[in-house]
Amino acid sequence: MRHIISLLMENEAGALSRVAGLFSARGYNIESLTVAPTEDPTLSRMTIVTRGSDDVIEQITKQLNKLIDVVKVQDLTEGDHIERELMLVKVRASGEHREEMKRMSDIFRGRIIDVTDKTYTIELTGTVSKLNAFLDALDSDVILEVVRTGASGIGRGERIMRV
Amino acid sequence: MTGAEIVVRCLQAEGVAYVFGYPGGAVLNIYDEIYKQDQFKHVLVRHEQAAVHAADAYARATGRVGVALVTSGPGATNAITGIATAYMDSIPLVVLTGQVPTAAIGMDAFQEVDTVGISRPCVKHNFLVKDVRELASTIKKAFYIAATGRPGPVVVDIPKDVTQQSCPFEYPAEIRLRSYNPTYKGHAGQIRRAVQMLLEAKRPMIYTGGGVILGNAAEQVTELARLLGFPVTNTLMGLGGYPAPDPLFLGMLGMHGTFEANMAMQHCDVLLAVGARFDDRVIGNPKHFAKEARRIIHVDVDPSSISKRVKVDVPIVGDVAQVLDEITRLLKSGAERPDPAALKAWWAQIELWRAQDCLKYERSETVIKPQYVIEKLYEVTEGDAYVTSDVGQHQMWTAQYYPFKKPRRWINSGGLGTMGVGLPYAMGVQLAFPEAKVVCVTGEGSIQMNIQELSTCQQEKLPIKIVLLNNRYLGMVRQWQEFFYEERYAESYIDALPDFVKLAEAYGHVGMTIERPEDVEPALREAFGKYKDRLVFMNFVTDPRENVYPMIPAGKGLSEMILV
Ligand SMILES: Cc1cc2nc3c(=O)[nH]c(=O)nc-3n(C[C@H](O)[C@H](O)[C@H](O)COP(=O)(O)OP(=O)(O)OC[C@H]3O[C@@H](n4cnc5c(N)ncnc54)[C@H](O)[C@@H]3O)c2cc1C
Ligand SMILES: Cc1ncc(C[n+]2csc(CCOP(=O)(O)OP(=O)(O)O)c2C)c(N)n1
Ligand SMILES: [Mg+2]
Repeated sequence: MRHIISLLMENEAGALSRVAGLFSARGYNIESLTVAPTEDPTLSRMTIVTRGSDDVIEQITKQLNKLIDVVKVQDLTEGDHIERELMLVKVRASGEHREEMKRMSDIFRGRIIDVTDKTYTIELTGTVSKLNAFLDALDSDVILEVVRTGASGIGRGERIMRV
Repeated sequence: MTGAEIVVRCLQAEGVAYVFGYPGGAVLNIYDEIYKQDQFKHVLVRHEQAAVHAADAYARATGRVGVALVTSGPGATNAITGIATAYMDSIPLVVLTGQVPTAAIGMDAFQEVDTVGISRPCVKHNFLVKDVRELASTIKKAFYIAATGRPGPVVVDIPKDVTQQSCPFEYPAEIRLRSYNPTYKGHAGQIRRAVQMLLEAKRPMIYTGGGVILGNAAEQVTELARLLGFPVTNTLMGLGGYPAPDPLFLGMLGMHGTFEANMAMQHCDVLLAVGARFDDRVIGNPKHFAKEARRIIHVDVDPSSISKRVKVDVPIVGDVAQVLDEITRLLKSGAERPDPAALKAWWAQIELWRAQDCLKYERSETVIKPQYVIEKLYEVTEGDAYVTSDVGQHQMWTAQYYPFKKPRRWINSGGLGTMGVGLPYAMGVQLAFPEAKVVCVTGEGSIQMNIQELSTCQQEKLPIKIVLLNNRYLGMVRQWQEFFYEERYAESYIDALPDFVKLAEAYGHVGMTIERPEDVEPALREAFGKYKDRLVFMNFVTDPRENVYPMIPAGKGLSEMILV
């Protein structure tokens, strides 16, 4: 099953490589990984999207907790949570495609943030599946370039992760 | 105070007695400060791998943190095998590595290697110190992390300019890390469940491992087992965690474990696993293990050891000594005991298994049997030596035929299985206990992986006794080829062996070659008698065809042993 794991870790040089190294060394799957400092500059927050059986996910969270730099680990998928990813897509927007691209972007609540006579760059946020749905809805030959940030996640309501 | 002086002062503040190391450009400032002090002793090895192994053995034998010091680049890469060996067996070490000056990092500088990157997968934690003001607190953290929770090696990489820069020195008395808080006290509810389960057991088994040695809990295990009258088995790393000559002890379990231990492990209904990690060399195939229903209580300080290879019913995260104390206290506070009739029937079954006498071997008057050498070694040392071993058949025979009575007496590499540890291990132990009998049991393959340390032994006048079981083969490899590769002995015969007697003598030691069974005991007596104060290299020419039995082939189950 797909899991979204959030972690807080000391904002130290090499912290990211410890997490990435753990996943590759133990053969765990990483679908995406995002990391950035938090409001407390000594802490980084990471969101990892991974897949695995319950046993594997249990080991992943235990192994992450075992890293000395890791302060907190939470499997967001265990409760209510919100997940968002940002995607930038550059599409062909000439002739017959131009109107169609604008319409598709609107339907998916995207924003066109850069325009030339031949291209649009569309910004889209949403769950991973929404972004996938958008790409699926486009003809593959109109897509010129895709950049995705990977998912970030946060608990819903009172579900808070902090030190 | 300079960084170099700070390093030395920190080691002194930690009460370090020995630093095992090898100098080089990046650590010359530190060596200069070592030269000026005499609070701890530096032991100059002949290869950095041996420095780390010796520090590791010092830690295994004493329970204190071992310390090694090496230079940047090749010094650090040579140390890696030692670090990985300690990591796999959870041994507390601090390894200080020199690094090129901070400004040169990343420039492919002379003797530069990314030590933090290379060592990352085989350390508990590592640090690169970029500012002299963080040096003392980092070293403090390193010792703290190495020794607490599940112990392990910690590398501190120190650029040369950091050892030159100055700052005021203050060694923190205490350290707290918000991201690292090992759990020592077991969960009270789980402990109560465990006690209940132990009382309900009809076919109980206590299985203990390296955690009992690391956590100094041999007494607790012994008290609990005797209180309940339960059978006990140890892993290779756990030997000495229960007095082996005791009738409750079924011997080592696993791939080369005894018939009775493996059968009891497979057929028990309640299993108390203590500081052991259900390794593949221990339970074999987990599917086969799971065929028999049993309830498992697992005590381990590292949550990730629990339910990793085998799902358990009562997980208890905590320190072995504390948790066992609590279990024993609860048992003693009540009058309830396990069903004596069931226990009696279980013991009757175990005795039938034991009667197989799985460690019997064909005796010989003409050729020296390796098992016989170990039996005689046990007699001559009165079972009271510190025994290190290398890796291979000789390691298994030592584990099987030298019944350890006390913890921290059996020093070997289990998890990584590193050939070449034996001699440097013996050095670390002999330095820790100068008066003790220290024996290194080895093979002609393994000993040659760190034989240069005979020179260190001469410099330090270490009276180690080397018992070489010389079968002219990489015996463990040969055994697998005999069993599983239709006797195609690819590259397992060692041709052109050195004359070990001359070699020992060349290094200034005593050498002996022993070829006849009747000479085994006299040679050992001479080594521990007349040559008590010398390093004696005993080259026992043994039966090249001997195999280690019992054996569970890789991937098979506990009850699928090959017996003699
Ligand atoms: C040639 C060869 C053959 C081998 N054959 C066998 C064999 O037949 N049988 C066998 O048993 N092994 C064998 N081994 C060794 C095997 O590979 C493993 O190293 C060994 O079985 C692991 O032992 P362990 O389970 O006790 O774990 P260890 O590696 O000793 O781990 C200790 C466990 O205790 C925990 N712990 C540490 N401190 C504490 C504490 N204070 N409180 C609580 N928990 C703590 C740790 O977290 C860890 O989970 C062989 C090795 C070689 C090289
Ligand atoms: C560094 C290293 N290389 C290879 C191995 C694989 N290996 C395990 S046992 C063994 C043979 C050891 O031979 P020897 O030291 O003569 O001991 P014996 O088995 O003959 O007693 C080998 C090659 C290992 N464990 N370690
Ligand atoms: Mg051999």
